[in-house]
Amino acid sequence: MLKTERPPLDLVVVGAGVVGAACAYYAARAGLAVAVVDRGPVAGGTTGAGEGNLLVSDKEPGPELDLALLSTRLWRELAEDLGGDLGAAVEYEPKGGVVVASTAAGQEALRAFAAGQRAVGVVAEEVPGERLRELEPHLAPGLAGGFHYPQDAQVQPALAAAHLLRAARRMGAELITGETVTAVDRGPDGAVRGVRTDRRRLAAPAVVNAAGTWGGELAALAGVHLPVMPRRGFVLVTEPLPRVVRHKVYAADYVANVASGSAGLETSAVIEGTPGGPVLIGASRERVGFDRTLSQEVLRRLAVQAAELFPVLAEVAVMRVYRGFRPYLPDHLPAIGADPRVAGLYHACGHEGAGIGLAPATGLLISEQLTGKQPEQDLTPFRADRFPAG
Amino acid sequence: MRRRTPAGLVEAEPGPAHHIEFDGRAVPALPGQSIAAALWADGVLAWRTTRVGGKPRGAFCGIGACFDCLAVVDGRPNQRTCLLPAEPGTTVTTQEGHGRADLAV
Amino acid sequence: MPTSPSEAHDSSAFDLAVVGAGPAGLAAAVTAADLGLRCVLLDGGPSTGGQYYRHPAPGLGAARPDRLHHHWSAYTGLAERLAAHEGAGRAAFRGGHQVWALERTGDGFAVHVTRGPESTDRATVRARSVLLATGAYERQLPFPGWTLPGVVTAGGAQAMLKAGLVLPGRRIVVAGSGPLLLAAASSLVTAGAEVPAVVEATAYLGYARRPGVLASVPGKLVEGAGHGGALLRHGVRLRPRSAVVEAHGTDRVTGVTVARLDADWRPVPGTERRIDCDALAVGHGLLPQIDLATELGARTRTGPDGAVALEVDARLRTSVPGLWSAGETNGVGGADLALAEGELAAHAVAGALPTAPLLRRRARLRAFAELMAAAHRPGPGWTGWLRPDTDVCRCEEVPVSAVREAVDELGAGDPRTVKLLTRAGMGWCQGRMCGPAVACLAGSVVASGPDRRPLGCPVPLSQLAAGPSAEFDDRP
Repeated sequence: MLKTERPPLDLVVVGAGVVGAACAYYAARAGLAVAVVDRGPVAGGTTGAGEGNLLVSDKEPGPELDLALLSTRLWRELAEDLGGDLGAAVEYEPKGGVVVASTAAGQEALRAFAAGQRAVGVVAEEVPGERLRELEPHLAPGLAGGFHYPQDAQVQPALAAAHLLRAARRMGAELITGETVTAVDRGPDGAVRGVRTDRRRLAAPAVVNAAGTWGGELAALAGVHLPVMPRRGFVLVTEPLPRVVRHKVYAADYVANVASGSAGLETSAVIEGTPGGPVLIGASRERVGFDRTLSQEVLRRLAVQAAELFPVLAEVAVMRVYRGFRPYLPDHLPAIGADPRVAGLYHACGHEGAGIGLAPATGLLISEQLTGKQPEQDLTPFRADRFPAG
Repeated sequence: MRRRTPAGLVEAEPGPAHHIEFDGRAVPALPGQSIAAALWADGVLAWRTTRVGGKPRGAFCGIGACFDCLAVVDGRPNQRTCLLPAEPGTTVTTQEGHGRADLAV
Repeated sequence: MPTSPSEAHDSSAFDLAVVGAGPAGLAAAVTAADLGLRCVLLDGGPSTGGQYYRHPAPGLGAARPDRLHHHWSAYTGLAERLAAHEGAGRAAFRGGHQVWALERTGDGFAVHVTRGPESTDRATVRARSVLLATGAYERQLPFPGWTLPGVVTAGGAQAMLKAGLVLPGRRIVVAGSGPLLLAAASSLVTAGAEVPAVVEATAYLGYARRPGVLASVPGKLVEGAGHGGALLRHGVRLRPRSAVVEAHGTDRVTGVTVARLDADWRPVPGTERRIDCDALAVGHGLLPQIDLATELGARTRTGPDGAVALEVDARLRTSVPGLWSAGETNGVGGADLALAEGELAAHAVAGALPTAPLLRRRARLRAFAELMAAAHRPGPGWTGWLRPDTDVCRCEEVPVSAVREAVDELGAGDPRTVKLLTRAGMGWCQGRMCGPAVACLAGSVVASGPDRRPLGCPVPLSQLAAGPSAEFDDRP
């Protein structure tokens, strides 16, 4: 074979965020020839604006929790397998989560929620109020109680995407950044034949839509309806600190907000330290399209809630604010797997705020479909044709 | 010939000097000088060590943009000494890293 | 002036808030008040003047502050007019007010201010229009040893001298590029420092090849001649087409290595020579400080010096309705231009016609600024003096090797991705010191636009939690 001749591609992944990176990684590991194309840089979209939550604690029993549990295992394996130092390189921290309730009624609700989760394999340990500060010494006094979720973990999202892509490239995958996909080519039989960018044509019998908030537009290029919409979020970043928060700590109402269908502003502080030093304070959710305006009200609420949970944070400085847009679908489940409407079209988008956590499972399951295996989790709930058109 | 000095150049007749405390010793300061200026006048160029490498740092940009001149001032870490006035009795302590070791858990 | 609640309601909005009390802001505020606008002038520093007219605090009793400044009378004249307006209640200066965000409201802007570390140190100033005059900070290009104590910015050495009457050492090498170097060296020698060399990366007055433009700006020539004269008298050696490629020392700088540069700023091997010194003042021109405007989506342009500045129309309006910009924020051009633009912008805000001479003056000075900017644009070869272990990001101590790994191995082709993957630019200064270097090392595979800094400076969390103050804060 001539060196200059590229072997034919098996797959084009559109999107170099963490989900696209995981799709490329697992596909390359399965022996497929992969190209990843992104209109921006690596981790330029939602991935670059996220906190890196790998959470099982906030999910009720159902298909998304199953996906999260699979991902939890996969992240651990990735951190251990990939040359040993990948875990450190992506700042993987199996630190566990702590969900706290301020009232007895709140704690009772957490108890019921945890009972359901335990039935499907989530580890959740009740922590009485008076023992919370053994886990988190800086927590405000007087909280009613909480639950400790040792399976919750964290990665630095941009590093996770970049290192998964590096590993994929070492297995032969090609990365193309700064090129916008302008068309999805389909043959006379309707099947996908590849994509065109503003600079080239990439022929392949399969295309994975990992375009994040742009996923609806990409689906439209392939001729199908997928109502991906943006849900804006802000994250406050503090000055560099020593470890003042050990776990991912959040208030019980976060769970309700994640699942909420409300278009209005919802905030519930999720607080975590990072190996880099700053403490991250999320998370707000609001449906305002792609409006990037800094919201003083969001800043205020996040700051108030952070100081309520960890009074020590009141005196530190906020250096930066991240903002991003979570790609969500109307039922808050992602679209994963083959699209029954177009042969060769696969989706891996709409993970909302959970894309970092759910990326490995998404990538693995799609690679199993691509190689003709039975995916180890039923993908029916994630089918892209579940939404009535327009 | 009298040695040229900044004060001589502008014919300064400052008010009486006072003292600030730097790492436990008295350092003279003129009224209106910043903390960083008082330290420079005393020949001190570094009053912070970095978080990662433990390297010495002091004033760099002099206008509050670079944050290299951070120090613990009157017990509060991360204060820009190039902006803060050296008041009588101000205590300045060399800042180690993030300056928040007391918060570590 | 204490304000009762009813008064606070009446005075809740100024006609104009001017952010930055340097030449542009001061001229703008005074002119706006002349034209009948009720105006507030905000600055992070304790007094007016900004960096250019930075001067000793009253307690230092300086009888001749003019000896550190050109055109000192221009400043004192404006300061006196401002004081008169303040006395008459037409204008207010608020020092120690650092603006961290501009927020568009229904009828104008909320200007969010931090004044100190406590939760009560927050203020919100409301105004129908905002004029940005936030000036510039120095462009730095890293080199081995640039983090040593005793290595300071050229503007920083000047600022500390002008305000605090202090020097970083006795024997100070001045290096980098741009007209500020001559001004800094001149100040330093006049104040008693020995300056063994001024090391300029370009061939020097490249802009002098366009005498037509120079001749139209006699003030600039006089200023340049003044610096040159002082340097000659003190025997300062000028070294064009050269750069400091390393600073030596362990706990503080003890000397520098200077090397010749080729036309692309690549160090020429074999030309290195060592100069002993106990301080180095270094800088490569200025970068507009425009975060407050870019956060609102204001359009920008890249100037001939490679610096990103605000795009303004002939009346100095930015692309954001109600937001004007004057001085260095529109492209670095010096104090005379800033004064002219401040005056011009104030006329535009007030809906008054400026005089023809003012318009001509501004046009002439702006043309000169563009010419100077082109002459001092850094050449691409400067990265040749870096070593793998040279810290690019001073705050997060990110070495060149980490940035190169992000670019070569991890697919980062733009500054933002380098930042996400290395932490370069994520520290206290938010990339103000390392930004140009990171951008250069990242190449430009993907266009990334101007740096976005949602917060103009760090803000105590307690102040964010306190929220905007409901009414105008009128404490002095």
